Amino acid sequence: MSIRTTCPYCGVGCGVVAQPDGTLHGDPAHPANAGRLCSKGAALGETLGLEGRLLEPHLDGARSGWGPALDRIAAAFTNTIARHGPNSVALYVSGQLLTEDYYAANKFAKGFLGTANIDSNSRLCMASAVAGHRRAFGEDIVPGIYDDLEAADLLILVGSNTAWCHPVLYQRIVAARAADPARRLVVIDPRRTATCQDADLHLPLRPGSDVALFCGLLSHLADLGQLGAYADGEAVAAARAAMPDIASVATACDLAQGDVARFFDWFAATPRAVTLFSQGVNQSSSGTDKVTAILNVHVGSNRIGKPGATAFSVTGQPNAMGGRETGALANMLAAHLEWDRPGDHALLAQFWQAPGLALRPGLKAVELFDAIGRREVRAVWIIGTNPAFSLPRAAAARAALAACDFVAVSEVSANSDTLGFAHVQLPALGWGEKDGTVTNSERMISRQRAFRPAPGQARADWWAIAQVAARMGHGAAFSWRGPADIFREHAALSGFRNDGARVFDISSLAAISDAAYDALGPTRWPCPAEGPAPARLAGGAAPTRMVAVSPRPPAGRTDAEFPFLLNTGRIRDQWHGMTRTGLVPRLMAHVGEPFVAVHPDDCALIDGALARVGSREGAAVLRVRHDRGQRRGELFAPMHWTAALCAQGRINDVVNDFVDPLSGQPEFKHTPVALSPWPAGWFGFLLADTARPSLAPWCALIAQPGGVWRHELAGPEQPEAAFARLVERLDLPASAPRLCDAHAGRFRIALIRQGILRMVLFVGPAPLLPARDWLAGRIGTAVAPGERAALLAGAPPGAAAASASVCICHGVDSAAITGAIAAGADDVAAVGAATRAGTGCGSCRPEIAALLARVPVPA
Amino acid sequence: MQTTNSATTLIIGAGPAGMRCAETLARAGRRVVLIGDEASPPYDRVALSRWLADEITQADLITHDPARLAALGISFHGGSRVTAIDPARHQVATADGGVIGYDTLVLATGSRAIRLALPGAQLANVLLYRTLDDVRAMIDATGDGGRAIVIGGGLLGLEAAAGLAARGMAVTVLHAVDRLMERQLDQRASRRLSGHLAARGITIIENAASSAILGEDRACGVVLDDGRVLPAELVVMAVGIAPEASLARAAGLLVARGIVVDGQMRSSRNDIFAIGECAEFQGQCVGLVLPALAQAEIAARAICGEAATWQPATDSAALKVAGAPVWSAGLVECADGEQITLDDPDGAYRRLLLRQDRLVGAVLFGETADAAWYMRLIRDCAPIGALRETLPFGPAYQEAAP
Repeated sequence: MSIRTTCPYCGVGCGVVAQPDGTLHGDPAHPANAGRLCSKGAALGETLGLEGRLLEPHLDGARSGWGPALDRIAAAFTNTIARHGPNSVALYVSGQLLTEDYYAANKFAKGFLGTANIDSNSRLCMASAVAGHRRAFGEDIVPGIYDDLEAADLLILVGSNTAWCHPVLYQRIVAARAADPARRLVVIDPRRTATCQDADLHLPLRPGSDVALFCGLLSHLADLGQLGAYADGEAVAAARAAMPDIASVATACDLAQGDVARFFDWFAATPRAVTLFSQGVNQSSSGTDKVTAILNVHVGSNRIGKPGATAFSVTGQPNAMGGRETGALANMLAAHLEWDRPGDHALLAQFWQAPGLALRPGLKAVELFDAIGRREVRAVWIIGTNPAFSLPRAAAARAALAACDFVAVSEVSANSDTLGFAHVQLPALGWGEKDGTVTNSERMISRQRAFRPAPGQARADWWAIAQVAARMGHGAAFSWRGPADIFREHAALSGFRNDGARVFDISSLAAISDAAYDALGPTRWPCPAEGPAPARLAGGAAPTRMVAVSPRPPAGRTDAEFPFLLNTGRIRDQWHGMTRTGLVPRLMAHVGEPFVAVHPDDCALIDGALARVGSREGAAVLRVRHDRGQRRGELFAPMHWTAALCAQGRINDVVNDFVDPLSGQPEFKHTPVALSPWPAGWFGFLLADTARPSLAPWCALIAQPGGVWRHELAGPEQPEAAFARLVERLDLPASAPRLCDAHAGRFRIALIRQGILRMVLFVGPAPLLPARDWLAGRIGTAVAPGERAALLAGAPPGAAAASASVCICHGVDSAAITGAIAAGADDVAAVGAATRAGTGCGSCRPEIAALLARVPVPA
Repeated sequence: MQTTNSATTLIIGAGPAGMRCAETLARAGRRVVLIGDEASPPYDRVALSRWLADEITQADLITHDPARLAALGISFHGGSRVTAIDPARHQVATADGGVIGYDTLVLATGSRAIRLALPGAQLANVLLYRTLDDVRAMIDATGDGGRAIVIGGGLLGLEAAAGLAARGMAVTVLHAVDRLMERQLDQRASRRLSGHLAARGITIIENAASSAILGEDRACGVVLDDGRVLPAELVVMAVGIAPEASLARAAGLLVARGIVVDGQMRSSRNDIFAIGECAEFQGQCVGLVLPALAQAEIAARAICGEAATWQPATDSAALKVAGAPVWSAGLVECADGEQITLDDPDGAYRRLLLRQDRLVGAVLFGETADAAWYMRLIRDCAPIGALRETLPFGPAYQEAAP
């Protein structure tokens, strides 16, 4: 029995066809992906195990059942509001929620708790795009659709490592370019990412200088007389004042004049141009202005709302758009209603029958946790997100939660960093268990459907919210029988007294039957009751305007103490806090440990050393990766690691908490930091069949095939002392084969029981330890008498050194790929034919292309 | 090395070194006379332990039977003991009253086994472990099983103990210090060896100082200085060897511990050479067969007028005791050395000793297949460098495995 559902990772929103046993493939009928899946999506079936799941409600750390847990939340909210007012309570929710959950949470907070203190982790992700859209279109409208990316003759990717972060979209782009090689691709990113591999032009601009670049482009188009009907004199004048010519742009952006000129010429010569942007634009203290500067170019030059001509925000999360539709953010009401638009508040209060509807916007994410820290907010319910790790200056968020009178957390994972602060823990449904809708980056509403039973006592988030609401006396407003009821209410609200006032209108679905809801296929909004609406928005009926913006530098400044700039982001095979992807061995094969990428000329540390990355906010300890794709003076670290896998690898502890003044989105990509050697006296690894967190002062856990856990370890002691301590801690017997080279600081030991290898520990003075893959594969296997000691070599005799995994779909490493290239494979397709690399999800094709560029192909 | 010189080279001692020198010279066309005090034709002394352990027969020991000697043109006098050398007359006297002249003399008199000066040490069934006759006597003594005491837990003592045990005797090894084979093995390998021998029924008593051998005309036990009495039907002394240099000393040659030679194995007289265990070069006497054979060839080439020079090399010792391969080479202790141990208590053990980035010593227990590779590293004395990490795992782990 196949179930059509939607991938829970990025905002591309790919359709998935899944079986109850977890086997799955891309949905050929879904318009987002037409059957494609990326490495993460293809491995979804491997994330469905119940290991590490929170399966029962807990009250003060003890299993409680649902009744007492819900009672406690209702009592805490009731009492806190009674004593300190409605704004002393808050909800903090997630782009992982389904639209129905989001709707319930927003209605509960704003309508019935009477506070707009409900924000979503979308604040960390999409808020600047939302603010920019609202300035340009009067509403949070993404004007384009995915087809525009394929129709564009010039595609500009700004602040987006699309190849890794939205891989299926990137594969669509690559395919379109292959079909018409005249189509150009420009990548604008301080880093030379995998996305740059296929680009015609990469502009490695100074971080945060995007406004200058697009103001310069606007001036250039004005100079050429290319501005059209929507051109706004004030906005153009501001752009010209800031960036009068190419030379000023090159200086402001630290780019070569020739590169800037080429980009501007291409844009001016190409009517069908699309600018796609993502977190490099949004996560900035001038994020809204960056979005506006991009939109100004497209609006002003009339490249908006047409096939192949638009600006395009791609969302990070599967349902960021759904959260915006339901208004589950502190500065939105619901269904694109606005506090500052006359009549909207009354309209919503009437629709919800909620006389206590919050009167003004609430606290945005960073403000919210500051307010918790100041004890202005005293009770918080966190649903589907992990702010103890994900907020900037995360240590401060943890301190705030630790001091908070009441914390409830609805979670899937029992290992969330936030869960430890919860007085009430509620087990949530995971992907494959929950049922509802999500909206992707191109406004496509798709169903996420359950294909597995709810495990343990896990229940839907909307149900838990409705139960608490009922306990607080609002049962009538939350009497839904299922998600279809909520969806109908949401759809009805979108059309309620709309009359064309709001583009977001899905009222044609307001009367959808349960059966039709169950069968609902991908449906793009708007879809008003009045009849079909165009797929592309803006430039037509919607108000479209330019807003004057000027460049301003990022908030944080480097100085002698903090001379480097830290950028953070995603890596190819991980998702957010790794609660799912971090358990999948083949996804951990690409990058197993938290790292900091640094230009080799900036760093005396060797590749593989551990470095402390410290800011005024906090510090993390990360593996050094030399990367000539980094600009000098700039670092990059992945956002993903939580305490569950590497307590010292939490980069958001380092990130400063400057926010965009309009959107409230934090500046995750620009923190002044110091980079220093972490004083490790020893490095090591342990391979074992159980995970042992915090074995060492620095410890990263990496899931390996066959239930094996790789522990990467380091500490300040001398190797001999560390080895002795670990041997004792692990209770390794005197009979275990061991290698001791005390002078070199090299110690190794293997535990063999009944002829089966159970555990291997290697300790050395430097990070240059043998490759782990072969040994990891030996854990749990029989050891021949003659090879007992040889295991401590870490490799079979005469083996070629292991090389990095590139294609995780087919398990192809870089040695195999370079071998194929050396044997004559001269393009990505030929490498695929020879090795199968890149023929699965395609996410690794940029890396194969990079290898092709490095390895000479025989003539 | 072809020559038609008809001058005679006389070689005293038909052990492995003397025999090798004789054969090398004979193949070069020299006239060679070889005198040995043992009656047997030249035999493989190293293989005596295998005969004792009943793995081969006495006949298997013989390396050069009379026919082969004749074919080589070597004039062999077995069972003939030289009593004096007259360097001025270029002749030697033998116990049977004969006189043999020479143009060049090679002393290959080897070592004699040390007999401890204990009360009772001269009793009939207190044997040494050196010659074919010694081993013949030991084998004869094992006929009825019974108890044997081996005094000395070095290489030879343990070979003797293992051989006697293999022939059904209950063997006790008395060792004067706290670990077996202390000159070749470190503490841990020695422990492993003790455990291995104990598991095969050989009793090891360490720190055992023998004070007397009991018995009227035949030994019946050993008394230790702590008063313990250990009954035995056979006592074997394997407490060491001393270079046999008495002839040379009497002839006025320069003798220290052994007969002092230069790099061409020439003694203090130009026409007398010394090779093997009786020779001393730069204060060192060799104790193993391979360097003794090398010296034999050096001397032969010098006699033939070739400029060859002896380079002392590191010794190695290989021993197989009751199925436990043990091998060691180079230094065992070294004050400024660094050691690498690879220890599997249920399997093999290896310990490598490095000094100034050179491998200077190696001990292998349980698995000795890589011995030759370590031997070469010790001899080459080349910097180990990046090899260090994989050094304990042997040549199979080297990039360009030799």
